[in-house]
Amino acid sequence: MSIVTVQLGQCGNQIGYEVFNAICRDFHSTHGLCSKKENESYQAASKERFFSEEETGVPVARAVLVDMEPKVISQTLSRAARSGLWKYDHQSHFCQKQGSGNNWANGYSVHGPRYRDVIMNLVQKEAEKCDRLSGFFTVMSMAGGTGSGMGTFVTQCLRDAFPTSFILNQVIWPYGTGEVIVQNYNSVLTLSHLYQSSDALLVHENDAIHKICAQLMNIKKISFGDVNQVIAHQLGSVFQPTYASEGASQYSRSPLGDLMESLVPHPEFKMLGLRNIPQMSENSLAYSTFTWPGLIKHLRQMLIANATMEEGINWQVRPPLPGHPVPQKASPNKAQHFNTSIANLVVLRGKDVQSVDLGVFREPALYTSWLNPQDAVNVWKTPRAFNKYEKSAALVSNSQFLLKLTDNIVGKAWNMFASKAYLHQYTKFGIEEEDFLDSFTTLEQVISSYASL
Amino acid sequence: MTQSVVVQVGQCGNQVGCRFWDLALREHAAVNKKGIYDEALSSFFRNVDTRAGGDGADIHKGKIFSLKARALLIDMEEGVVNEILQGPLREVFDSKQLITDVSGSGNNWAVGHKQYGNQYREHIVEKLRRTAEHCDCLQCFFVIHSMGGGTGSGLGTFVLNVLEDEFPEVYRFVTSVYPSGEDDVITSPYNSVLAMKELNEHADCVLPIENESLFSIVSKIHQMTNSGKLGSTVKQNSLLTLSAGRIKTEQEKPFDAMNNIVANLLLNLTSSARFEGSLNMDLNEVSMNLVPFPRLHYLVSSLTPLYTLADVNVPSRRLDQMFSDAFSKDHQLIQADPKHSLYLACALLVRGNVQVSDLRRNIERLKPSLHFVSWNQEGWKTGLCSVPPVGHSHSLLALANNTCVKPTFIELKDRFMKLYKKKAHLHHYLHVDGMEQSCFSEAISSLSDLIEEYSQLDATKGVPRTDPSRLKIAV
Repeated sequence: MSIVTVQLGQCGNQIGYEVFNAICRDFHSTHGLCSKKENESYQAASKERFFSEEETGVPVARAVLVDMEPKVISQTLSRAARSGLWKYDHQSHFCQKQGSGNNWANGYSVHGPRYRDVIMNLVQKEAEKCDRLSGFFTVMSMAGGTGSGMGTFVTQCLRDAFPTSFILNQVIWPYGTGEVIVQNYNSVLTLSHLYQSSDALLVHENDAIHKICAQLMNIKKISFGDVNQVIAHQLGSVFQPTYASEGASQYSRSPLGDLMESLVPHPEFKMLGLRNIPQMSENSLAYSTFTWPGLIKHLRQMLIANATMEEGINWQVRPPLPGHPVPQKASPNKAQHFNTSIANLVVLRGKDVQSVDLGVFREPALYTSWLNPQDAVNVWKTPRAFNKYEKSAALVSNSQFLLKLTDNIVGKAWNMFASKAYLHQYTKFGIEEEDFLDSFTTLEQVISSYASL
Repeated sequence: MTQSVVVQVGQCGNQVGCRFWDLALREHAAVNKKGIYDEALSSFFRNVDTRAGGDGADIHKGKIFSLKARALLIDMEEGVVNEILQGPLREVFDSKQLITDVSGSGNNWAVGHKQYGNQYREHIVEKLRRTAEHCDCLQCFFVIHSMGGGTGSGLGTFVLNVLEDEFPEVYRFVTSVYPSGEDDVITSPYNSVLAMKELNEHADCVLPIENESLFSIVSKIHQMTNSGKLGSTVKQNSLLTLSAGRIKTEQEKPFDAMNNIVANLLLNLTSSARFEGSLNMDLNEVSMNLVPFPRLHYLVSSLTPLYTLADVNVPSRRLDQMFSDAFSKDHQLIQADPKHSLYLACALLVRGNVQVSDLRRNIERLKPSLHFVSWNQEGWKTGLCSVPPVGHSHSLLALANNTCVKPTFIELKDRFMKLYKKKAHLHHYLHVDGMEQSCFSEAISSLSDLIEEYSQLDATKGVPRTDPSRLKIAV
């Protein structure tokens, strides 16, 4: 089953390109470390999921590119075409001239409705190219105007037009110290609205990925390209084909459905974090070996200590002991509190996956009490190695990962809102103070729910 | 891609404008090697086939025939505009883009605004419409003028009003040259304050410039390039003050060097809209992020580096120096010290081979020494454009919405009051049809209100922060 990706705004388009690129390179890779038959099966599944075939044989990404100004889309289309390995359908894009000016209200209330029909037509065309549609990815940043505002509107349209398909929003959390001054407003408006129409929000933080580039990949002059490639690698490590259950003989046909089922049992809890290990520069890769127990141990500690990468993990954090009273309600301010999960998905790729024991992830102490711990953990596996990593483990988690971040952003936005700064820029496009208040209320609710896990 | 139109008014406006077009052509020539008329060029230039004579049709793609500036040149005297039309840029302007008269405005805002304004309104509207029709997506008007005289100040602000009435959706960015203390035009305080009211009410963003600052920057560059030590290693074509196609030693007109700086300001401001980059910053984003309250739209600008050393390898120390310099008071284009005042917002537009990590490193480094208003502690807007300016491998434009503009405004008010209390020269103004005493009192009151808004913000500086309490959710 196929996934249609909608790339929104500069960030969405730049990342979308890297994702398709990473996936294409991966299925062409000869370092699969598995049987020929396995490899062929993997390639076929991956191709079908993300690309459609053309007469020329060059895979065409299943994507719709949307932006309110032309430069980025034009660059993205030509970069893909130049690669020779894959390309975009050059009809499958929509752009305008002026951009959204970093104004969520402009993206949501003006551009969205104005161009809704054209964009939904493009999406419909892509959807029709799929034999079976598994669902939609959207890729967007929260900080700007098009990805955030228009992206939110488009998500609502997708929900209306495809009520039974799954929608997973990849949301890029901006750097804490500004990329855009009104990013906190834009983020609050985006998150609160997406909560209504999206099935789940998969969050990538620029700050965290930047650190990975600096400390793990050893990149000296980090560019957005570098950051985007890491994000693409992380996404690929989750969404490339896998076997979703023990003893399955076929690659899973419904990755988005499986994901939602495993991770989103309750509509109040939709924020997902993504971690992936190991992560390193290609040069170092040749000299490193990993064991599954080691990787699993690190991944688990990253989960419970809320670490974003495998260096600098706080090993002091421990799950509460069974039988002891639950520690005081986690306040978002406590630095070292234990990260409680609702559900986790672990994706394992590479050598000897069959032998991996995930018992440490199934400990009841890691989870809230509503789900049976057996149901709270799902595992996807494939012996086919991903992107030259002999072994690779990814974690998608519905937990308190994003609690502090969300709280911070809401705090800063509230602070600005109290002084009424920049509000005139939003009201001029139809987003009033009451709309802001509604958004704040929604998010305080989400924060409160996650905090009381 | 969007287009912008430059409206240059008065002697100063036209001289600066002329430098702008010169440098814009140079910049595009350096980037556009194939002579193809592309989207970047179309932001400021039309491509016209003039062989057929008459008003050639616009050619939107393909080879460059004849580039015409998207500009309107307005002056109530003919001297400056005529010079432009006889100079090397004559091909770039169409005679239909000019509005001139003979007698000038006599350094009288009322003559410029009320008399010539009303007289030429229809003309102005018609020419603006024509220029707008040639654009398929007009995003911004850049008005260039000085505040102290009569035409630039009076007629220039009249045009600003017209722009708002006729093209309300298009942004209005105004580059205003403020008079210095020793200005030889006695009535410049009147003209400036009367103009300020218009800027307060009708401009989206104002970039104030002071001649004294331009002058010190020019002197500094001369010093660096002529002193024995570094003189020989400075790349000759990299000087911020240099005109296109001229060698340094050739006789330049007195204000050219200073005006080139302002021209570079406009080029850098629009670079991310014209050229690609990993984090684009368009003009509508500048207005969105830097204007937290409608009237506080005065942006202090600084450009670095002033010149490049010929040394090709740029160690990151030099790059970091560029960031530090952008915040030093010697690099600001008005006499102000943003570091010791309060920032409401700040934008950094970097051009050239600079990546996001360099940007972050420098923001982290400089943040502790800057004071930001309590509700915008991380008030940074950043942009990365891949194409550097001519002669440089990288450059930085910093735009600050900072209370350091207040002293400039207070001084202006003081100089105004000195004259106004004695009613000096008032009759020259009240003489003009449509001009009344209330124009003066409204103008000074508008300026006073603006100063008060900045003062209130200043009062919050250094006060310990108490964040407003958050919404409480019933569990």
